[in-house]
Amino acid sequence: MPSLEMRSLREAYGRALAECGAQDPRIVALTADLGDSTRVAEFGRRFPDRYFNFGVAEANLMGVAAGMAMNGLKPFVSTFAVFAAGKPWEQIRQTIAYQRAPVRIVATHAGLTVGEDGASHQMLEDINNMRVLPGMAVVVPADAVEADRVTRWAASYDEGPVYVRLSRANFPTILDEDYRFTFGRARVLRDGGDITLMACGLMVSVCLQAADLLAADGIAAQVVNVSTIKPIDRETIAGCAARTGRVITVEEHQICGGLGSAVCEVLAETCPVPVRRIGVDDQWGQSGEAMALVAHYRLTPERVAAEARSLLAGG
Amino acid sequence: MTAATTLPMDLDQLPAKARQLRRDIIEMVYRARSGHPGGALGMADFMTVLWYRHLRHDPANPRWEDRDRFILSNGHTCPILYAILADRGYFDRELLWTFRRLGSPVQGHPSVRSDLPGIEYSGGSLGNGLSYALGTALAARVTGRNYRVYCSVSDGDCQEGQTWEAAMAAAHHAVDNLTAVVDYNRCQIDGPSDQVMSLGDLPAKWRAFGWHVLDVDGHDYQALDEAFRAAAAHRGAPSVIVARTVIGKGVSYMEGDYRWHHGFPDEERYRQALAELAEAPA
Repeated sequence: MPSLEMRSLREAYGRALAECGAQDPRIVALTADLGDSTRVAEFGRRFPDRYFNFGVAEANLMGVAAGMAMNGLKPFVSTFAVFAAGKPWEQIRQTIAYQRAPVRIVATHAGLTVGEDGASHQMLEDINNMRVLPGMAVVVPADAVEADRVTRWAASYDEGPVYVRLSRANFPTILDEDYRFTFGRARVLRDGGDITLMACGLMVSVCLQAADLLAADGIAAQVVNVSTIKPIDRETIAGCAARTGRVITVEEHQICGGLGSAVCEVLAETCPVPVRRIGVDDQWGQSGEAMALVAHYRLTPERVAAEARSLLAGG
Repeated sequence: MTAATTLPMDLDQLPAKARQLRRDIIEMVYRARSGHPGGALGMADFMTVLWYRHLRHDPANPRWEDRDRFILSNGHTCPILYAILADRGYFDRELLWTFRRLGSPVQGHPSVRSDLPGIEYSGGSLGNGLSYALGTALAARVTGRNYRVYCSVSDGDCQEGQTWEAAMAAAHHAVDNLTAVVDYNRCQIDGPSDQVMSLGDLPAKWRAFGWHVLDVDGHDYQALDEAFRAAAAHRGAPSVIVARTVIGKGVSYMEGDYRWHHGFPDEERYRQALAELAEAPA
């Protein structure tokens, strides 16, 4: 999407976190040897007494964050998604989610767009792992603007734990600077009556491009940014499905357990319509340049448009 | 704010108090027909020293922000904690007899979700508690409070890698408002820990991780009392009291027998246990 500015979500996060930290002395930032990569190091430079590096020890990282959150602090915990939502899942379950500890887990480097590091570092199961936990909020910003807004929202959210999924790669900036994030609400970014494209993260911009391709064929696609995956916005999702009668979900995640599953759970109970789920289909990632991987795993506007035409044709 | 913390009990009153708590442990497990009496009985002496002489707390104000925190990492031993909390007045003693029942706040493993006053931490999965205690201790540093954090860990906790992650981090961050107590009874579910998975030279391990180590008889009130005092006075590093305990202490047929990690006595053995734990002759 050459016409849109490519911006870093983790840069937006790190900057917003430091700004929040200047206003709220209860905010602390924790990492496990990935302060620079996740961009929380900026917070550490400004507030060294509120910045804790625990080395390569993610189980302890999560347990410490829980203890801090239950004793008056607002911890933001950042590492790569594979080390945040995979390795210490048990600690997140036992000490964070079960105790309703308001820990903000902001994971970067999720999905295929990690790129050259390959499958060991390409977390494609984190939405699944986090959304199954009772009371865990799961948010996937679509671009740097939303990453900024979600960070500021998380700083003020004390109801329970939050998982925020960010990327390594820069994403096209699709939201205006006056965009306001509303926790728990999916947002229709483009209206259309023929088919609904629901996406999160990078795939929101992919769906906007797909909608352009479909428009050239005279097909009006509705595009929905489902940035809050839990609690899922049942009302908007069911309303959109009722309007168009066909839904495609697109995510940089396994199609099992992620956005597509969450949407299907809602639609099966509220508005059963034909659905196609696009994502990584029970496969592992591999090394490669980020956008080459997106193309290799067919998470492209062309693929989304083709699936839409197929679904509309009753295929 | 300040609070009227409980006054320390005289050292010579502690044995009778520990016997009373042990009777409650037996009663809870017997009535629940399940639970983990062995560790709870073994911990009763160091828990009595801690809770009746060292921990600054206020049962009338369980959320007092400057209270010392007690984190039970080995959550299965919770009958001793519940017995103490009830005795100190955190909640109605009658609740003890609802231990492990549906709907009871006296859960099989302690749960902060139950809102039972005095419960700081939802233990149960070994290895997690010391990290939580470390976070709690670091929070005091950031918020400018001067409370101490005590964390009980078991042999099983010490087999979990996470405990050593936490040990490394507590020393690295020079967290000296943290005291860990190892209930070192050398037993675990499947057998003696030296047969299942030996901890080797446990005090040396803690020393190697940079901790101030106090190696004591876990049933010697005087030694425990001095150890807790020395731990609190130590600066620049976390302290650990390696309390050498006997599983099932106080009930003859349970002492030293790993099979009493969990289980409940039949009626005859229940009566025997209570008799052995009756008010001791002067």
